[in-house]
Amino acid sequence: MSFMNDLIHGADSKFDHTSLNALQKATLRAVVVSFLFYGLAALEGMIMRAASIAPSIKPVNGSVDHYFAIMTVHPIVGIFGSTYQLVFAAFLFLVPFLTKKPLYSIKLANATWILITIGTMASWLASFVYNYAPLYTLYWPLPADTTQFKAIGGVMFIVGVALIMVGTLLFIYNIYATVFSKVGVHKNKTTKELLISGFGIDGMLNLVHKLTGKEPYSKEPALSLPVVAIFRGTVDTFLDALVILSAGVLVLVYLFADMGGVKLDVASIDALLYKNWFWWGLDLVADGLVLIYVAGSWYLLATLITGQKLFMENVARAALMLELLVSWMVWSHHLLADQGQPEMMKLISGEMVTAFELLTQGLALFITLVTLWKARPLKMTMELKYLLGGLIGFGLAVPAGIIQADMAMNRVLHNTQWIIGAHVHIAIIVGLYMTLYSAVYVLWPLVTNNAKLWSTKLANAHFWLHLIGGIGMGAFMGMAGLDGMLRRHLYFNGEYNFFMILAAICGTMLLVAWLLFLFNVIMSVGLKGLIGIFLPSHNKEASYGIEPANA
Amino acid sequence: MTFLNSLELLAFHNVAYTVYSVLIIAIIAWFGYNLTRSEKAEPMVRIPFYGFIAFLVAAGVGHHIFTYNVVPWVAQDIMRESIKPDQVYKVTIEKHQFQLPSEKLVVECGQKVLFDVTSQDLVYGFGLFRKDHTMVTQMQVNPGSKNTILWTFHENGVFDLMSTEYSGPKGNGMFVPSIMEVRGCKTNVAQGGSK
Ligand SMILES: [Cu+2]
Repeated sequence: MSFMNDLIHGADSKFDHTSLNALQKATLRAVVVSFLFYGLAALEGMIMRAASIAPSIKPVNGSVDHYFAIMTVHPIVGIFGSTYQLVFAAFLFLVPFLTKKPLYSIKLANATWILITIGTMASWLASFVYNYAPLYTLYWPLPADTTQFKAIGGVMFIVGVALIMVGTLLFIYNIYATVFSKVGVHKNKTTKELLISGFGIDGMLNLVHKLTGKEPYSKEPALSLPVVAIFRGTVDTFLDALVILSAGVLVLVYLFADMGGVKLDVASIDALLYKNWFWWGLDLVADGLVLIYVAGSWYLLATLITGQKLFMENVARAALMLELLVSWMVWSHHLLADQGQPEMMKLISGEMVTAFELLTQGLALFITLVTLWKARPLKMTMELKYLLGGLIGFGLAVPAGIIQADMAMNRVLHNTQWIIGAHVHIAIIVGLYMTLYSAVYVLWPLVTNNAKLWSTKLANAHFWLHLIGGIGMGAFMGMAGLDGMLRRHLYFNGEYNFFMILAAICGTMLLVAWLLFLFNVIMSVGLKGLIGIFLPSHNKEASYGIEPANA
Repeated sequence: MTFLNSLELLAFHNVAYTVYSVLIIAIIAWFGYNLTRSEKAEPMVRIPFYGFIAFLVAAGVGHHIFTYNVVPWVAQDIMRESIKPDQVYKVTIEKHQFQLPSEKLVVECGQKVLFDVTSQDLVYGFGLFRKDHTMVTQMQVNPGSKNTILWTFHENGVFDLMSTEYSGPKGNGMFVPSIMEVRGCKTNVAQGGSK
């Protein structure tokens, strides 16, 4: 049909927002906002890329204050505003879908995306208006340093982050309340059975029984594997929210005191101890929840794409249990360059336990690949393509992380662009986002009631631009890092222009990829449909509707 | 194989990681291509599950053992409390300013130099750089804790000092050019990292 018709009513008028139930709408709202924040993060990234070549460029104007303000909110917008939103939206839909139970509360689900959106905007404004720039890591006493930052900016920023964390806690509550509600397939399950399954203990017991020649502990686990991954990852999300909230409260105490004219002694908080506490929590985002959620998503996608059972399911369940211990004990790899940190902690937590991530993530990669392989021949669908892209991303980023979690390498890599480029950006942009895009394509017909994708050509262009741009940008930033370029530093004399120009070209590919994707989605659902997503739904149903409301 | 300085180590690392990257991308691409074919593809190598796990363990542990043995600064760093340095430099940082014991620190080749850095306010970094901006070494400097690094220089050269940790926008200007000079070595510092 005509371009105008598609733009207004969606591709072939196939998308009808009035047919969506409350769960579908809550999911789609968060997805839309998530992709808007992704665009904002990409734009900020491009501003920084440009400023690292020509610092005088607008809106940085050669001012480090503004540059670091952008750098401070970049991960807040990218990780919380975008990734958290997208992951939470997917899981709030998937848990009811996989357990065939209704979501515990639609109100909470809507509150989650609204709080995260307002919180992200508040933090963004704090940096934009007041140039509040303690950076994501908030090293003590920097966030409370009122000689460099206005207290009001700090308060606004911290309140923003706190709102995000409250939204996160509501998500967690909603997920657990749904998992533990004894309706439908879980009508006859006890809380104990659900807990044992949630932690992957039944998988571990099955393995032990098999090795000792006994009957399986449980033939039909109470929770399906992806739900276990969601459950398990959410434990880390909870701890991480508590750590970030506690740090926020501490900073607020100092800032409020300052505004009231009282100077509290910053030295009464030990900087190294604070760093350990904060990295323990932050690392639960990176090494805990991302890796677990991603492994779970791979398993889910592989089973949905192939329509078959997961290969070595018990091992996968047990590995999720193992990852619990690993993810809580690895944070010291961020403190390998801190000479006050006990050497034993660096060696055991920083080097040895961290190296285990190679094992847990390698295992997830292996299981996913074999599951796909057994179902050959497969059609190269969009979701399969993105899943493979996601596997490449982690295949590159996990070893890049293990390399810097080494006392020899860290001495010359710490705080360089290697970390943020080769490790973090490839992990998030290529590994995580490609996995999430795969999930978006799998869930698309379920969440939109079979809306038609406007253009496959655009979807393919998005895929290649995103893959090449993502790997390229991370690689060139990484190479600059090997040549000594620091990550939290603005260079004024074009010291690293060669790599920065190449990285900027790749960054532009990423930005174009996002624009194509956004355009394709708008053309698919139409402007009317897009607005309709945010209108109240007539159907208050909170499940995917496989099982009727009486389930 | 032993690496004398960070340039050699990073150049080696650059090649090794690039080879690995190409390999993993190629494997997934090959895998994806064969997923869609109906005839059975014979994998070039059959990787048994336990073989793969053993490889991952060996790679993770092996990496640390490898670097421990070939990178000169690791053992020295772990044992630094019990090693007697030839030179000790006490540096204080306050209000985004380095306070150095003298205008220029001159050391003879092969001397063990201990940098003992104290911060009076924020978290900073202490990093030494070559004239081509490549990094020699660095550490974090936390207020309230002991921050020492023991280092041996093997080549003649003049080095710049820079804060390698973000301490607010003001920290961006923490740069002291040509603070160190190493003399008496047979070789001069190699320039131009992996570029
Ligand atoms: Cu980490």
